[in-house]
Amino acid sequence: MAMLEVNNLEVYYGVICALKGISFEVNEGEIVSLIGANGAGKTTMMQSVVGLIPKKHGTVRFNGQDITKCPCHKIVQLGMTQVPEGRRIFQELTVYENLLMGAYTTKDQQVFKSDLEAIFDRFPRLAERSKQIAGTLSGGEQQMLAMGRALMSKPKLLMLDEPSMGLAPILVDQIFELIKELHAAGTTILLVEQNASKALEIADRAYVLETGSIILSGTGKELSQSDEVRKAYLGG
Amino acid sequence: MEEILSTLINGLSLGGIYAMIALGYTMVYGIAKMLNFAHGDVIMVGGYLIYVFMATNNPLLAILLACIGCVILGVCIEKIAYKPLRGASPLAVLITAIGVSYLLQSLAQIVFGSASKMVTVYEFGSVQLLGCTIQVSSLVTLAVTVAVMVALTMFVKYTRMGRAMIAVSEDKSAAQLMGINVDRIIMVTFAIGSALAALAGLFYLLKAPNVFNTMGAMPGIKAFTAAVIGGIGSIPGAMLGGILLGMVESVSYKITAIAPYTDAIEFTILIVILLVRPTGFLGKKRREKV
Repeated sequence: MAMLEVNNLEVYYGVICALKGISFEVNEGEIVSLIGANGAGKTTMMQSVVGLIPKKHGTVRFNGQDITKCPCHKIVQLGMTQVPEGRRIFQELTVYENLLMGAYTTKDQQVFKSDLEAIFDRFPRLAERSKQIAGTLSGGEQQMLAMGRALMSKPKLLMLDEPSMGLAPILVDQIFELIKELHAAGTTILLVEQNASKALEIADRAYVLETGSIILSGTGKELSQSDEVRKAYLGG
Repeated sequence: MEEILSTLINGLSLGGIYAMIALGYTMVYGIAKMLNFAHGDVIMVGGYLIYVFMATNNPLLAILLACIGCVILGVCIEKIAYKPLRGASPLAVLITAIGVSYLLQSLAQIVFGSASKMVTVYEFGSVQLLGCTIQVSSLVTLAVTVAVMVALTMFVKYTRMGRAMIAVSEDKSAAQLMGINVDRIIMVTFAIGSALAALAGLFYLLKAPNVFNTMGAMPGIKAFTAAVIGGIGSIPGAMLGGILLGMVESVSYKITAIAPYTDAIEFTILIVILLVRPTGFLGKKRREKV
């Protein structure tokens, strides 16, 4: 049984069809990448799966449970957390308060403290800056904070929407290293990226999304060697 | 000297009423991102509820029941009129709010008639301070307003629910991704705002013991002005704006030459402040999200 099972998902913005019935799945322990150009529907897919925007047709199952009509905050409680596109950290709150918000579903103080320590161990920079207003962090630090905040809810499935967006190449490498570490530590990952070469390199399996439809799927290696993908997404 | 002191105290307590209403406006705006123009009329309903429940001859019980009644009303207004419009254009929500405002005024007129009703909640009497007579009710108004503002600030800063409110006010979808039930947070905000409106209704009656169906309109608009001057969305800002407006009004009434123009003076101050500081005194600049 797949951890996340998306079946024939259709999403409309008014009369415009943004997702034309896509189906894919993420198995426990995998890194699955979804690549595609700007406007292909990647973020729409992410937001509709997690319940932020309504679905017109199709079903979404998480660990066997039908979550198609589940509101977003309940889905998060089930163990699916998303780092949204553009990071969307709480700019006016401190680093610590952002992490506190990430742990909103954790009610036990002891658990919160040990989770926080784990995050600070993984991101020493966040520990150093815990009292700083999040909006004043650099782009790379904000991405770290967004990921740390998401990890505070101890997700079974972590969904990352364009984590490398707007970052310097050295930081992009760091982010991908981090994704590998999180995966090694047992988190299942669904990654949406425009940086196709990196996303395919770390993926167990991948899908290619083009104007609202999945046009290709396979292992990361297969796709990075396919002529079609090479031409359209990997620059030859 | 006595004149100055009594004008000052009067301004502070009037400001307290405005601040109490402005707190409701500002919290709802900050969190639901809408201007609840029916807020002033919840004060009126609070006034009528106090009038009705004063039949128990127990002022504290009447106030408590009025608060509960306003909370229920506020939550129902949100659920029935505003919630279905979440995600609709701000103009549609604004017009709905104005509609709710007229609905409440008309319903009150149908139920209680158009003549105003006299309500004496409690006679606090007055005290002598530095040779001038001060109404105790003014001091009570001021003390309760300050206490409410401090309590609200602490609530928002130090409780789980309060922090969730900050998160929702900053970024609704990011807040949902944290597992926050945004609908519930908005409901609680309306509940708090309506309870404050009931208290404002009480203070209004302590100052002028008459209830009528449009009694909330002018204080509502003035308090909205106060919220904007202080920086809409900011709790201390609402307090500051309310007190400032109360002081201006109190001083202006004392000076015979300008007394008739008091309202005009207040709104002129609003315009000038908005020209100089478009976000109000304590308002934050919001980055437009793309």
